[in-house]
Amino acid sequence: MSIFVDDRTRLICQGMTGDFGSFHTQRSLEYGTQMVGGVNPRKAGTTHLGLPVFKSCHEAREQAGANASVVFVPPAFAADAILEAIDAGIELVVAITEGIPVLDMVKVTERLAQPGTKTRLVGPNCPGVITPAARCRIGIMPGYIHKAGRVGVVSRSGTLTYEAVWQLTSRGIGQSTCVGIGGDPVNGTNFVDVLAAFQADPETDAIVMIGEIGGNAEERAAEYIAQHVKKPMVGFIAGQTAPPGRRMGHAGAIISGGQGTAADKIAALERAGVRMCKSPARLGEEMERALQAAGLLERARAAVPV
Amino acid sequence: MKIHEFQAKSLLARYGVPVSEGHLATSVEQAVQAFRDLRVSVAVVKAQIHAGGRGKAGGVKLVRSEDECRAAAQAILGSRLVTHQTGPAGQLVRRLWIEKGSEIAKEYYLGIALDREQKKPVVMMSSEGGVDIEEVAARHPEKIVKVAFSPSKGLSPTDVQKLVRGVKMAPGLEPQAARMLPALAKLYCELDCSIAEINPLIVTKQNQLLALDAKIVFDGNALFRHPDLVALRDLDEEDPKEIEASKYDLSYIALDGDIGCMVNGAGLAMATMDVIQLYGGSPANFLDVGGGATAEKVTAAFRILLGDAQVKGVLVNIFGGIMKCDVIATGVIAAARGVDLKVPLVVRLEGTNVELGRKMLAESGLPIVSGTDLDDAAQKICAAVAAARQ
Repeated sequence: MSIFVDDRTRLICQGMTGDFGSFHTQRSLEYGTQMVGGVNPRKAGTTHLGLPVFKSCHEAREQAGANASVVFVPPAFAADAILEAIDAGIELVVAITEGIPVLDMVKVTERLAQPGTKTRLVGPNCPGVITPAARCRIGIMPGYIHKAGRVGVVSRSGTLTYEAVWQLTSRGIGQSTCVGIGGDPVNGTNFVDVLAAFQADPETDAIVMIGEIGGNAEERAAEYIAQHVKKPMVGFIAGQTAPPGRRMGHAGAIISGGQGTAADKIAALERAGVRMCKSPARLGEEMERALQAAGLLERARAAVPV
Repeated sequence: MKIHEFQAKSLLARYGVPVSEGHLATSVEQAVQAFRDLRVSVAVVKAQIHAGGRGKAGGVKLVRSEDECRAAAQAILGSRLVTHQTGPAGQLVRRLWIEKGSEIAKEYYLGIALDREQKKPVVMMSSEGGVDIEEVAARHPEKIVKVAFSPSKGLSPTDVQKLVRGVKMAPGLEPQAARMLPALAKLYCELDCSIAEINPLIVTKQNQLLALDAKIVFDGNALFRHPDLVALRDLDEEDPKEIEASKYDLSYIALDGDIGCMVNGAGLAMATMDVIQLYGGSPANFLDVGGGATAEKVTAAFRILLGDAQVKGVLVNIFGGIMKCDVIATGVIAAARGVDLKVPLVVRLEGTNVELGRKMLAESGLPIVSGTDLDDAAQKICAAVAAARQ
């Protein structure tokens, strides 16, 4: 098991024929992901990278049984692409696109909130979702740094997540699923959604959570953890030295009105029992200690069938 | 993207929000002429900079004659205003806004921003006008009335009632508020704002609602559909290094410290700054060269970092994911050769072909120190800069 994606995931790519979409479709195919096609109304009926190009998500679902989509469509058209996937009933939509106008995402989340909507949106502005045991890579993360295993990873960042994953893998600790929820102020899946899924997943033993300044998603996560998460957790919050009022790269990484500081988030997560690291370079060894203390280290290092 | 008060007021006027008549001046003579043209007994001379707190810093003056106007303009124009939002160096005043004075009976706060938790814009109103809303939020949160709304529906009459009654506005003013509040909401959504704020919103002694000050910030990601708004950008108000960085699609923010850093990815870039501070150093900037970290971007980033005289050392931290470490090392070496490197440089690479990448750096003949992990690299650059300081 794992969360959000598994060996039944049949992935399409919206924006597959573009440079970025092509590059990462190839990487996902190499990783072993079940890619069943792409969507581009202007190139419908052709093939690209050996995969069929459909005219719409609806057609991809009907003809190829697609149940997940990864979105590489440029910012100006990305919200419409996500809405199309939702309307087609695609169960998981992972939006990689960075730079989508916030009010476009407000519109998307209103659509997601409508009764009867079955879609889970991850992102936008995220590295994606990967389940190594299912060889399922949806997004832009380097596949080789991952190892199948029992630690879940959830993060608002891209390369900082790779950093944590690499430290785990280098210590022989594999991952169940890694989820990047993205760096935008309005996103589809939040920390609480992912933590709830990891807590419920019998094949996830422990969780790494990486947050950053801005908003209060980490504070909400801390409330949830204190109540519901029984698995060992290790965390890091980026942006302790960030000045207030400045967006630090990610559209959502901004301290405004004294809200969203790293200090508040670290304190909240510590109170909830998360082992917080002062440096992201220590995430791997801290997780090793946490697993050791819980008697789970041997199991965390055991090979997981792929 | 920020704009000036006078630009914000012109947008407000376009949406039917009442503002005072005024004129822009870039010289003392123009300011005096503006006073004459207004034909009023009282006017206000206001410094136009992209920062709040202008009044407290002496950037806003009430004038009652041409001579007073001249004296105020002379004092403010060309001065550097230091407010809680400008940093210690302050911001040079290049423009003045001269507007009709108003007789204030009551002040309110009115603002719209994104509520990240509800994932909708939220209108905020408070009877504590003129005060920083953050201060009110900290001291008297009960005095702020909030109503979230859907951009597709706009602000309803019920929403308006809830707001104006919540701040106990006189019932006679409700018809004016019923025009103004939905107009501001419409402006916020149509122009893709991230902040639209009227503070204070005043009631004049003539019982008119009027936007006395205005602040509008646009969502930078939505500017592609508003070319007319892009034209309002004032590069004079921005850090030259930040403008240069944006040409190369680099995300750069200048800070006060002396250790320049170059990182791929925003989260890792913030974390790198944090680790520099953890080991006693002080970051000179935030710089994200993007997840891919191409050689062109690395070279441009080096130039910007080394062009900053306060930078006494540089830390490069790249997680080679999709791009292999030997490719990144090639870019770093080429970039370091292309610039005149006079300060210590510590490079930390991680990912595919990391051994080859480190070997290439070591054999480049350049004074590059390799860090084994982020902690090690941060300790090394902090030590090198501390030694150089002595």
